Amino acid sequence: MVLSVSSLTVSRAGRPVLSDLSFDLMAGQALRLQGRNGIGKTTLLRCLAGLQPPLAGRIVMAADSLAYAGHADGVKLQLTVLENLRFWADIFGCWDIERALQAFELGPLSDRLAGTLSAGQRRRLGLARLLLTNRPLWLLDEPTVSLDDASVTLFAAAVYDHLQAEGAVLIASHIDLGLPAEVLALEPYRAGSTTSTPFDESFS
Amino acid sequence: MIALLQRDLRLATRAGGGFGLALVFFLILVLLVPFGVGPDTAVLAKIAPGILWLGALLACLLSLDRLLALDWEDGALELLATSPLPMEAVIALKALAHWLTTGLPLVLVAPVLGLMLNLPGAGYIWLTVSLALGTPTLSMIGCFGAALTVGIKRGGLLLSLLVLPLYVPTLIFGAEVARRGAEGLELATPLLLLVGISCGTIALLPFAAGTVLKMNLR
Repeated sequence: MVLSVSSLTVSRAGRPVLSDLSFDLMAGQALRLQGRNGIGKTTLLRCLAGLQPPLAGRIVMAADSLAYAGHADGVKLQLTVLENLRFWADIFGCWDIERALQAFELGPLSDRLAGTLSAGQRRRLGLARLLLTNRPLWLLDEPTVSLDDASVTLFAAAVYDHLQAEGAVLIASHIDLGLPAEVLALEPYRAGSTTSTPFDESFS
Repeated sequence: MIALLQRDLRLATRAGGGFGLALVFFLILVLLVPFGVGPDTAVLAKIAPGILWLGALLACLLSLDRLLALDWEDGALELLATSPLPMEAVIALKALAHWLTTGLPLVLVAPVLGLMLNLPGAGYIWLTVSLALGTPTLSMIGCFGAALTVGIKRGGLLLSLLVLPLYVPTLIFGAEVARRGAEGLELATPLLLLVGISCGTIALLPFAAGTVLKMNLR
C-alpha cells in the first residue's frame, strides 16, 4: 500500500471542507478526485503533501515517498529548460534528465530560457520534474491545465509508465485522461453535508 | 544542497536577478554623503565608519523582499517543502546565497568607499573585518524576516519594520568596532559582542525561520 487515509478531515482557512474521508491507494493504482470547484481537492492534496496539517484523521505513507505538482510549476523563468530540470534532479538525487526531456518532448527546447516558453510548454517542463523525483506517489493538482491534446497524450503516457513501474497517482482533474483510474467523488464527504439544512445557505 | 546555492547564484546574476542593486545603492549613498555633509575632511573622517555601516545595512535591507518572495510566487517554495531538503537547510542556503551576492560585494567595496569619506588609515582593516563579521548576520536576520512575511502581497514595508529593530545590535557593535579601529582605540569588547551575535544568529535563526516558513506555507 502506498497511501492509506482514514477518517481524514481537512480545512481551508480554518473551516473544514472535507470530513471523514477514507481511502487506500495501492501500487500501480490511479485515483481521480472528482468534485465541483471549491470542494477541497487542492486542500486535500496539499494536506497529503504535508504542506498543511489535517484537522483530524490519519495519513499513512512511507517517508519521502511523494512528489507534489500544484497549480504553480516552480519553473524559474530566467533559467533554461535544462537548468531548471538539472536543479530538481540534483535536489532529488536523480541523474536521468534525458528520460524526462524525452517523455515530454522538451529536447528541442532544452537550451531555451523558460521565460520564452508558452504556457503549455512551461507546464510540460513543470510536469517533467515529476520524472526526476524517483518517488512512487504522485499528487497532481489539475496537471492538464493549458496543455493541448498532444501534450495531454504525452502526459497520460508518462502517468501510465509510472503506474506500470509500481507507482501510484492521485490526480485532481476535470478531464478523463483515458487511464484505468478509479474515481473518488468528494461530494459525499463535504463537511457539514449530512448535518446542514436547506436554510443554512440563505440565512448565513 | 549545492544545487540550490548554485541556482540562487545563477538567478542573481541573470538579467533581472537584482545582483548589483544593493551595491549601486551603497555606492550612491556613500558618494552623496560628502555633498550633503560638506567637504570638511575632519568631520567626514569622524562619521565615516558609521556612514559606511549604515549604508551597508540599508543596502542589505533593500534586497530582502526578493529573498523568498520570488520562490513563493512561482511555487518553487512549496515544491522545495516536499523535497528531501529540510526547510532549515533551504533557509540557510538562501541566506548564504544572499550574503554571497549582496553582503560580500559590500564588504569588498567598503574600503574603497572609505577613501571617499577620508577614513583614517587604521580604520580600513577594522571596517572590513567588522563588515565581514556583521553582514552574514544581516542576511540571516533578513531571511528570517522574509520567512515571516512570505505570502503577503507587497510585504516589503512590514518586512523592513520587522527586521530593522533586529538589525540594531549588529549595527551598534559593528559600527563601534569600525569607529574604535579608525581612532586606534581598544576594541575587543564590541568585536567579541559582534562575533557573539553573529554566531548566535547563524546557529539559531535557520531553525526559527524554517518553522515560520512551514507555518506560512499552510
